[in-house]
Formats: sequence, C-alpha cells, structure tokens
Amino acid sequence: MMRDALPLVDILVDPSRAERLTAEQWADLISIARAESLIGTLAHRLRDIDIPVGARAVMDDALAQAEYNRKTALWEARMAARACAGLDVPVILLKGTAFAAAGLRAGEGRQIGDCDILVPRDRLGAVEQALLAAGWEWVKPDPYDDQYYRRWMHELPPLIHRERDKMIDVHHTILPLTARQTPDARAMVAAAVPVGDGLYVLSAEDMILHGVAHLFADGDLAGGLRNLWDIHCLVVEFSGRNADFWPDLGRRARVHQLTPHLARALRLAHRLFDTPVYKYRAGETRWGDYLYLRRLLARDGLGRTTRPVTRLAFYVRSHWLRMPPLMLARHLWTKWRKA
Amino acid sequence: MRLRVGPACFRIASAWPQIIAAARDLYRDYPDSGEAVPDFTVRLEPSKPWRQRLRPSVHITGDYWLPDAAPLPLAHGLLAMEMGMNLQMALGWKRHLLLHASTVERDGKALIMTGLSGSGKSTLSVLLAERGWRYLGDEFALIDCVSGQAVPFPRPASLKNASIEAVANLVGDDRLGPLMTGTPKGDVRHCRPPANHIARMTEAAMPALLLFPRHGHAPAVRELGATEIFARLTQASTNYVALGEPGYAALTRFVRDVPARAIDFDDGEAAIAVIEDLWGELA
Repeated sequence: MMRDALPLVDILVDPSRAERLTAEQWADLISIARAESLIGTLAHRLRDIDIPVGARAVMDDALAQAEYNRKTALWEARMAARACAGLDVPVILLKGTAFAAAGLRAGEGRQIGDCDILVPRDRLGAVEQALLAAGWEWVKPDPYDDQYYRRWMHELPPLIHRERDKMIDVHHTILPLTARQTPDARAMVAAAVPVGDGLYVLSAEDMILHGVAHLFADGDLAGGLRNLWDIHCLVVEFSGRNADFWPDLGRRARVHQLTPHLARALRLAHRLFDTPVYKYRAGETRWGDYLYLRRLLARDGLGRTTRPVTRLAFYVRSHWLRMPPLMLARHLWTKWRKA
Repeated sequence: MRLRVGPACFRIASAWPQIIAAARDLYRDYPDSGEAVPDFTVRLEPSKPWRQRLRPSVHITGDYWLPDAAPLPLAHGLLAMEMGMNLQMALGWKRHLLLHASTVERDGKALIMTGLSGSGKSTLSVLLAERGWRYLGDEFALIDCVSGQAVPFPRPASLKNASIEAVANLVGDDRLGPLMTGTPKGDVRHCRPPANHIARMTEAAMPALLLFPRHGHAPAVRELGATEIFARLTQASTNYVALGEPGYAALTRFVRDVPARAIDFDDGEAAIAVIEDLWGELA
C-alpha cells in the first residue's frame, strides 16, 4: 500500500507514469485523489493517457462530476451577481469559481465547493441585505458564532440558499482581522478584472497571493495539496503570459505583506510539482519546508489521514496564527462550555 | 478484499478479519473480480483508536463518507460492510440513475419495486426470485440514462424481522448469512441470490412495470398520476440531483414509458398473485 500522497503528486506532474500502474496502485491512487479533492484534476490530467478500463470509468465519472460542478458554480455566481445588480458593487469571485469563470487551467477538473465572493468592506451591509432578500439564509443561528464572525473574521457567517441549497461565503477582506498579516483588500478590489455578467476575478498576481494567504496564513493545511496545485497552475499560466510577471508578483507580495509566504509556496510547488519558479523569489530551502511537505503528503493508500502529530502541530499553529493567546484562550473556553 | 457486483467493483478494508471472513462466505458465489480497478474503497475501522479490541466499534467510511455516521458493534460487522457499500453507491455512483428499489426480471422485462424501508420490496423480490423470476437486486435499481434499461446489481437481499423466518423456510439456511439481532433496523439477515442469477449479472432488462408496495395494509391496488410518480421517484433516487440533465431525461422517460401501480398487502402470497395479475395486464 502507498504510505503517502507522493504517488498522486508524481502522476499529476507526469501523467504518462499512470500507464505502468498495477490494479492495487490504481486503487490507492483513486482513494488518495478522492480524499484530497483532486480526483477531477487527476482525471483531467489523464485524458490522453492509456489506462485500464476500470480506471477510465472512474476518471470519466470524475470528469462528468467536475463539469456538473463547474456549471452549477457558475450559475450560483450569476445568481449572486443578479441579487447584487442594483447596488453597483463589483462581485469578485474567488478560488474555484473564479478559475472556472476566467477559463483558467487551474479550474480544469477542479472540485468547487461553496461560492466565495469578495466585496468592498464598506458595501458589506448592502450586499448582505441583497442576498437575504434574494433567498439566502443564515446557516449558523448561534449568537456567539455570529458575533465572532462579524467581529473578527474576514467573511460573513456562511449563507445558504433556501431553494438551491448552495452556500455562499461573502468575504470583505483576505485574512481574519486577528491574523498577523494584513493583505490590502482594497487594492485587490481596485485591481479586479471583469469577466462578464457583472462578475469580476482578482488580477493574476492577487489571485496567486490570495491562494498563498489561505494556504499558509490561515487554516491547518487541510486540502493543502489541492491549494498548492492551484498555485502551481496559476504560476505556470500567468508567467507564460506576462514578461514582467516575476517582478510584478514580488511587488504585489510586498503590498500584501506576504513575501515570505509566497516564497515558501513557490519552493514547495517547485519541489512537489516541478513548477518553474524564479529562484530569487522562492529563496533557499528552509528546514520548515520539510515539515510542510510532511503535512501536505500525510495520506495513505486507503485514503486515511496519517502523521497525527504533524497534523496536530499544524492545527495548533492555525489557531496560534489566527488569534493572540489571550483571545485564543477565551475562544476555546467559550467553545468548550458550549460543547 | 475485492468484490464485483454488476457494474461496480469494491475494495473492502477492515480492521477486523472476522468481517472479511463473513463477507467471503456471503459472497462465495460471486465471480472473482480479478485484476479490476475498484470503483470504491470501503473502510471499516475502529471508531476510536482504543475501540479495536475493547468493546469493538465499527466506523463506516471510505472514499465517500458522511460526517455523522453512527458506528456499529462488531457483531453487526457484515451489516456495516453492506452499509459502507451502499454509502459509496449512493454518494459516488454516476453511471446510472439510482433508485432505492428492488428489481426482478422475467421474459427479458424488469419489474421494479420501490418504497420505504419496511415496505416489503426486499422480501417480495426474494419470493419472486424463487418463482421463476430472475433477481436483479434489492437495494438499488440502476437505470441506464441512455438506453433506459435496468442493469443488475444483485447484492444479497437484506431481510428484516418477520420476513427472515418466512424466507428461511422457503430457501433454506444455506442461502442465508448470519443473523444479526438488535441492529438499528431490527433483526437483519442477508439472503444470497441463486447462483445462476448471480452468473447473469451483466444481462440488463427493459423496465416494464413499476410498483410501490406497502406491507401491513388491507389489500388494495391504486393508480397514480405521472406527477406523483415523478415526485416519489426523485425522493427514491440518491443521485437524481447530482446527475443533472441526464438524470432528468432518464427519469422523465421512465415515468412516461413504465406503467405504475401502488399495491397494499398484508400477506406475501396474496401480494405475489396481485403482482402476477398486474404483470400479465400491464407489462
């Protein structure tokens, strides 16, 4: 049995290696890819590769599912734009929906979860009212959670549409207000690019940096392999389009206080996915990179999570990053009392 | 362990060898899946690290999983495995429209029976399979979105409570798995289909009659409007929404082409007579 997620990484990088897999290795690969939400991406990479009939059937299912996800995600985005049509507010798509709307390679086969949008912070109230009027409702009616989101988070508490049963996350900035870095959300909004139907996506550099911020400055790296693959695809595509890509990206990273985070993302992407990166921007390997790699690949051939100590360390780190110690203590105390 | 049932191939991984041994016995007439790539992995693992030996508790998970799945005691391990396979199909299978239904075939045409748990659809399918019908499946009916055919998925039928004894008297203990008492669904015992039905699990059949059986009511036969049939089938399908347009096309075609009746019954033998009559008249 496969002991980590490296075989999935190897085949994403060089799909032709799939031609030599045994049935047992295929079983492992499929379970790992499903667990890491990369099955659609894998299927897309394997379109032109000669693989066994059974594997082909699984991959065809994943492609059909990805296409269905893409359609419904774009529909949700259009519904959100329609709800906000009278407000003269740019509805900026984030993450998977943005990749799909902009027709980017990062969106090919990608699983898309909730609809994530970014709006200017001073128009948040109006957007919230417009969405509520158009049929979205609160998911968590808990007053502590609601308060917590509104006071400290970078997004509204999640909303769900009462008829379509689809969630929307309305962001007004990039990272929780308690995080140590403060990426410039206003600059991101100002540089957003229209993609039609009243919808926008972030500029090339901001899109990468938004992914970097979420990978390293927020969360415990669950689903990190997928997020790093996004960054890999965006870097490959954008660096080929713009001769000044690397200096632009470096300048933008300084604006958003994400220079070291970007460097680490580039080093890890290069190491795992062979991403062509500008050496100066990525910097030298640091010992911490190995911990990140260990965490990113912590998945065995049955799709089980492994390396519990590493996972726990990153979980603790995610809370540490998000809140000052006293606030963390208060938060955990409140959550514990309610549990 | 690998299992092939109709078009689907499963990899089963269990922390307890007893479950695999019981499954090998229950599935002993099924063909060897050989070097096939499995569609799904089912995992049966301790619900907490210390619950492997001490009061063993089986957590059901796999490629597809539910956050709030209740664990089962090891004595119900075989049921846990079946539920794990159902979970993979319900959440992950996209190659056919899935209906929560049992299916039998005669003269190349399929009879599909759908209803809630306890409606009697499983028992009726087993009884019919002993009377010249071919058993195509108990838990899921697989409808091909292009051809409209019902594709066999002949898992062992899951018999519950009173029907266990009735079927045991008819088919004999040899065809039945271990009796599991006090499960969330009451007493459960699996019934292996006849070996010659399993051998034909790649032969599909066109649906010719749809029934909504209901056990425990005074005998009655009722016609249903197309709207009601459609609405009931969307509820009986686990993947209708996820299939999108092909699912809608398959279901509307099914409702248009397949005659349907609701039948109430309180006695298996009498129900079979009613089914034979309706089959002769409508199919």
